Amino acid sequence: MSIFGIIRIALKSLTRNKTRTFLTMLGIIIGVAAVITMLAIGQGAKKIVEDQVNSMGTNVIMVTVNFMQSSSNVRQAAGGGTLLEVEDVEAIRDNVDGVLYASTVYNTWGQLKFEGSNWRTGIMGVDADYFFIRDMKTSQGELFHASEVEMGAKVCVIGKTVADNLFGDVDPVDKIIRIRNIPFTVKGVLEAKGQNVMGMDQDDTVIAPYTTVYTRLLGQRWRNMMVLVSAKSKEAIQVVQQDILDLLQSRHRGTTSEVFSVRTQTELADTANSVSNTLTILLASIAGISLLVGGIGIMNIMLVSVTERIKEIGIRMAVGAGKRDVLLQFIIEAVAISIIGGILGIFLGFAAAKIVGDIMKWSVAVTPWSVVLSVGFSMAIGIFFGWYPASKAANLNLIDALRYE
Amino acid sequence: MANQDKTRLLSTEHLIKTYTMGDIQVHALRGIDLNINTGEFIAIMGASGSGKTTFMNLLGCLDKPTSGSYILDGIAVHQMSETELSQIRNQKIGYVFQSFYLLPRTTALENVELPLLYCKKCSLHERHEKARHALSIVGIADRAKHFPNQLSGGQQQRVAIARAIVNDPVFILADEPTGNLDTRTSIEVMAVFQELHRQGKTIVLVTHENDIAQYSDRLITFRDGKIISDRVNPSPRIATDDLMNLPSLDEED
Ligand SMILES: Nc1ncnc2c1ncn2[C@@H]1O[C@H](COP(=O)(O)OP(=O)(O)OP(=O)(O)O)[C@@H](O)[C@H]1O
Ligand SMILES: [Mg+2]
Repeated sequence: MSIFGIIRIALKSLTRNKTRTFLTMLGIIIGVAAVITMLAIGQGAKKIVEDQVNSMGTNVIMVTVNFMQSSSNVRQAAGGGTLLEVEDVEAIRDNVDGVLYASTVYNTWGQLKFEGSNWRTGIMGVDADYFFIRDMKTSQGELFHASEVEMGAKVCVIGKTVADNLFGDVDPVDKIIRIRNIPFTVKGVLEAKGQNVMGMDQDDTVIAPYTTVYTRLLGQRWRNMMVLVSAKSKEAIQVVQQDILDLLQSRHRGTTSEVFSVRTQTELADTANSVSNTLTILLASIAGISLLVGGIGIMNIMLVSVTERIKEIGIRMAVGAGKRDVLLQFIIEAVAISIIGGILGIFLGFAAAKIVGDIMKWSVAVTPWSVVLSVGFSMAIGIFFGWYPASKAANLNLIDALRYE
Repeated sequence: MANQDKTRLLSTEHLIKTYTMGDIQVHALRGIDLNINTGEFIAIMGASGSGKTTFMNLLGCLDKPTSGSYILDGIAVHQMSETELSQIRNQKIGYVFQSFYLLPRTTALENVELPLLYCKKCSLHERHEKARHALSIVGIADRAKHFPNQLSGGQQQRVAIARAIVNDPVFILADEPTGNLDTRTSIEVMAVFQELHRQGKTIVLVTHENDIAQYSDRLITFRDGKIISDRVNPSPRIATDDLMNLPSLDEED
């Protein structure tokens, strides 16, 4: 008998018990939808990370102290200068070829006050170069200058959220706010950046000269800082990276290359990507389990169906159906359930991914290969889980099957 | 028809079927030697358990003999593989069962088409044509779209007969085809068989009722897995005549 004939028979028997067929299919639909959604979410996470890394600026190199590696050194060399210092930043800026900008970055928190309003937010102490590295501009007023950083001027620029919450309708420029009770003059309001892809408000920030933040706000020799560097060109990055490391090592005697972490944007992206890939695989495997359960559901129903239709199988064999015909009929039934379920699952997955994306404000992306993967996988599940019931059917003894009640 | 009588359709030689159930052996057939020519209409009788069904199943290639030989249409059936047997069932044999064995939730027409689905070259259109034709031969073309549960027993058996003849088999086997039917319907079904016989089909049927056996032209009796008598029926009854002599349906009710 032709394969098309068998397909027709299989589809006909599926439509004969629609509710059951649909419920069996539901397992696959949900499984495939879950896989598609999870892959889309993973893909979205990947994109977020990429955006985040890109939003750092262009050709950026980040220098930090590697605490894991240096913790023992810190104790040994307390006060001996194993940590980054402001002088290091100047050395990097002045002595490493290919460095365009370099800026100290201190991060802290604090309470802001303006007249009756209060606002708690993150405070960054940076060099004037920071604005160029991050490509920041003001929408009102202006940025602070290198000279003001040098002087330790009590000035700052604020993000839009801070401006809105502290000032309302009042123009913040040249007003004096209190940061941890120290008065700062607001020089400008930064251009609004909105939420970042993780949903964090990028405008909820205050940026002040690091000198001021360091002496006025931190008030102690707390020297945990980060250095952001931007290289002249993409090509220069690698050389610059190595040179910075060499420089730091020569400036801090007795340190190994592991103490300082000098990482390029690409490296950060790679690490982040491998994290989000792991996340994607994890999510997809969990979803894959539900697909597997769906497959077991198919096997279960097919076994029931074979038992129910023993007489039908006997009749078909009596009028000339061979083993192969019966085997194929049942496998095709299983595969049809799984493939149709798979296709419906893809649509459901698309919808779910879209909804998740809308809710989380992520750009979730359904990739073509996740569709191919799901259909292929659900087909394989149909064959795999359909095989046992089908071979059970095909190996029935004709006479026994006919007599079965 | 007379010239067809000479052609050998099948022959069995010392056909034995033994069922083994655990330690117990059931000798269902103890050596059957039988020749059947094309165009014969044979009735097999015998007590319950005498091996009639077992023999029919062997003739119909539904089962394999324990030993002995069975030559059908020049083919040594006892040596065939299961796949080959399924093709023989499909091409050469039409089997009618006591309890009809129609597929439920499947129209009469689709039931009749069933054997055609399993034969190689037969287009959709051809299938419909052949199935319709078979239904009209058994006289229920108007019930083509009915489901088995919408048909009377007699009509269901006609559908089963139509299914048996749809692939134009060399012979038709019927195991107690009237066993589940009342007298009138039984005779109606026998009229169908006699008509098929007139058209040249070879028919072997099993029955418990002597009246039914009288419509055939050769009577074989089984006992304990053996043939104890095999004789020609000198004057077969004519089912259509009997139908006319029966009281009308209204009175019967
Ligand atoms: N599948 C089987 N397994 C074991 N024994 C069987 C099997 N089929 C038939 N038999 C035995 O073989 C013998 C012949 O059975 P068979 O069905 O051929 O009788 P029969 O002449 O058709 O009887 P009836 O007139 O009641 O239909 C019986 O003793 C029966 O119990
Ligand atoms: Mg019987």
